[in-house]
Amino acid sequence: MRTILFILQKEFIQIFRNKTMLPIIFVVPLVQLMVLSYTATFEIKNVNLFIVDQDNSPASRNLASKFKGSPFYTVVDFSVSYIVAEEALINNKTDQILQIPPGFEKGIISHKESNLQVTTNAINGSAASLMSAYALSIIKDYNSNIIVEQLGLRHPPDPIRISSAFWYNPELNYFTYMVPGILVLLVTIISAFLSAMNIVREKEIGTIEQINVTPIRKYQFIVGKLIPFWFIALFELAFGLILAKLMFDIPMLGSLGLIFFVAGVYILVTLGLGLLISTLTNTQQQSMFLTYFFMIIFILMSGLFTPVQSMPEWAQWLNKLNPIAYFIDVMRMVLLKGSVFSDISKQFFSLLGLAVLLNMLAVWRYRKVA
Amino acid sequence: MLVTGIQYPVSSISLMSTPSVIIKNLSKSYGKVEAISDISLTVDKGEIFGCIGPDGAGKTTLFRILVTLLVPDNGSASVEGYDVVSDFKKIRKIVGYMPGRFSLYQDLSVEENLKFFASSFKTTIEENYYLIEDIYKQIEPFKKRLAGKLSGGMKQKLALSCALIHKPEILFLDEPTTGVDAVSRKEFWDMLKRLKEWGITIMVSTPYMDEAALCDRVALMQDGEIMSINTPAGIINAHKKPLASVRTNNMFKLVEDLLSMNDCHSAYRFGASVHFTPKSDQLKTEVLLQNLRKLGHNDIEVAPISPEIEDCFMELMTIA
Repeated sequence: MRTILFILQKEFIQIFRNKTMLPIIFVVPLVQLMVLSYTATFEIKNVNLFIVDQDNSPASRNLASKFKGSPFYTVVDFSVSYIVAEEALINNKTDQILQIPPGFEKGIISHKESNLQVTTNAINGSAASLMSAYALSIIKDYNSNIIVEQLGLRHPPDPIRISSAFWYNPELNYFTYMVPGILVLLVTIISAFLSAMNIVREKEIGTIEQINVTPIRKYQFIVGKLIPFWFIALFELAFGLILAKLMFDIPMLGSLGLIFFVAGVYILVTLGLGLLISTLTNTQQQSMFLTYFFMIIFILMSGLFTPVQSMPEWAQWLNKLNPIAYFIDVMRMVLLKGSVFSDISKQFFSLLGLAVLLNMLAVWRYRKVA
Repeated sequence: MLVTGIQYPVSSISLMSTPSVIIKNLSKSYGKVEAISDISLTVDKGEIFGCIGPDGAGKTTLFRILVTLLVPDNGSASVEGYDVVSDFKKIRKIVGYMPGRFSLYQDLSVEENLKFFASSFKTTIEENYYLIEDIYKQIEPFKKRLAGKLSGGMKQKLALSCALIHKPEILFLDEPTTGVDAVSRKEFWDMLKRLKEWGITIMVSTPYMDEAALCDRVALMQDGEIMSINTPAGIINAHKKPLASVRTNNMFKLVEDLLSMNDCHSAYRFGASVHFTPKSDQLKTEVLLQNLRKLGHNDIEVAPISPEIEDCFMELMTIA
């Protein structure tokens, strides 16, 4: 036990003597929360729209003004020529073109029917479908107004009135959704990367030679190496939660104690992964790349950005091995829904299983190679 | 330098005890490369035993097996009576090891390194300070300095202090003087002599032949094999052939010309001259002079000399 304390003392001296370490601990969470929370959003604002009004009638101007008034649209230019508009689309000056053909108003009044054309840049497919949906909803709105006001018809009553309420995130606030997930990334990166690199460093510099001829046992060395990062990662989580509360006023409905309890187990998983990687590599560079490889896969599959439910079935199965997915689930459920232990027990025991599995594998590999 | 009668000093205690290191038919390969093959030797308690040989002779592999960092393929080895494979935990408590590459924490200070290694052996600096005092007090003024910022000689002293802080029974020093200046090398060997007085067995490896003379006994190693084990004096005495130091105005051509002679056993550069051994048991200086003149050499100096360890090493290599 005393030996472990001496190793811990040495590790903490080394960690805090490392000049890049304090910035990593304090600046990384701040930057990640600031940048990712604002940028990792699926809302599309400021769609650039080019209006080609070839009708130039009160009806067409009325429609154009509806787009101008929408918070989602910025009208970049007007023209009567569709060719000019298309050029703007090609040059990326606009995302969408609304073409109002000649005879638009006349058609509405005389034939009770008229045509419009909406052209959307679909290089980014999901953004394009959102932009079309926006345009359609504005046009639909305009359409029902014509029916009611201009043609003097009574609006037919809806047989079923649909009104939706969004539970746990009533305003569909993206911060509320993203920030708990980003906190998970933060804890993961700190614990997995730093632990993997720290142990490999001893190999790279050769100090492990000197350690191996002392009576220090392997488990003492491993425990002494991992405990500092366990504490640092938990500290990061606390620091991140405070920032999240102050900066984004993230709801914290559930028990913070439960969050930290699950985090304690979760960090064992990531430290085990780091340890395993350190037994497979000989230089810090190799361990960085290998950790990065796992992180990218885990993060993209975790459901942080895209819902797991929409992934193919094999990916959902693979996600059963993804610790990040479990912990993001737990964070969102406990913080936003106020879930209690029984609600998240499946995730908790999965994490516990992964922690035991990864650490056993890592220690077994470590024994074999060192 | 020649000490006859006493081959190596032995204390009265060690006479009754078993040797410090017993190696029997030890082999270790890395893939197809045989690093050491079928090595056997014993190191007595309290002696300074040198493993002398060029890079790649297998010295480091041998040391790493003895300090339990490597498992041998064949044969057996024991350190202070403990088997290097089955009793490795016991060996780790009683050996001090200084690897060839500086392996202390560069980002810890001198004092922190020493303290860490002392505590990893469950002891304190104070407890065994007497043992390292001579060495440590030379670097003590810099004890707050980070180990990475020390000069080569100071790093080496710190590494030795750290290897000694738990009062090991036996010390393994792998090429401790490689890359160290001449003055520091001499100081280092003086330190080893003093450590010997505390009864610590020292096994040291070096590529420098001149350091062989400072050991009690040496093993000359080449390509993973031991060519000879003896006292330095014994190795020199075993060199029966006459030896001459030859210099001429055309040193560049000299080795080639000497090797082409019928009577040539060996010829090799040795500092500023060439060392020549004839096939015959006697050096015929006149014949040699004549032959060299015929080959166009002038200002020829031929002087019979007594062999040094390096000559013996070259001789053993020529035979092998």
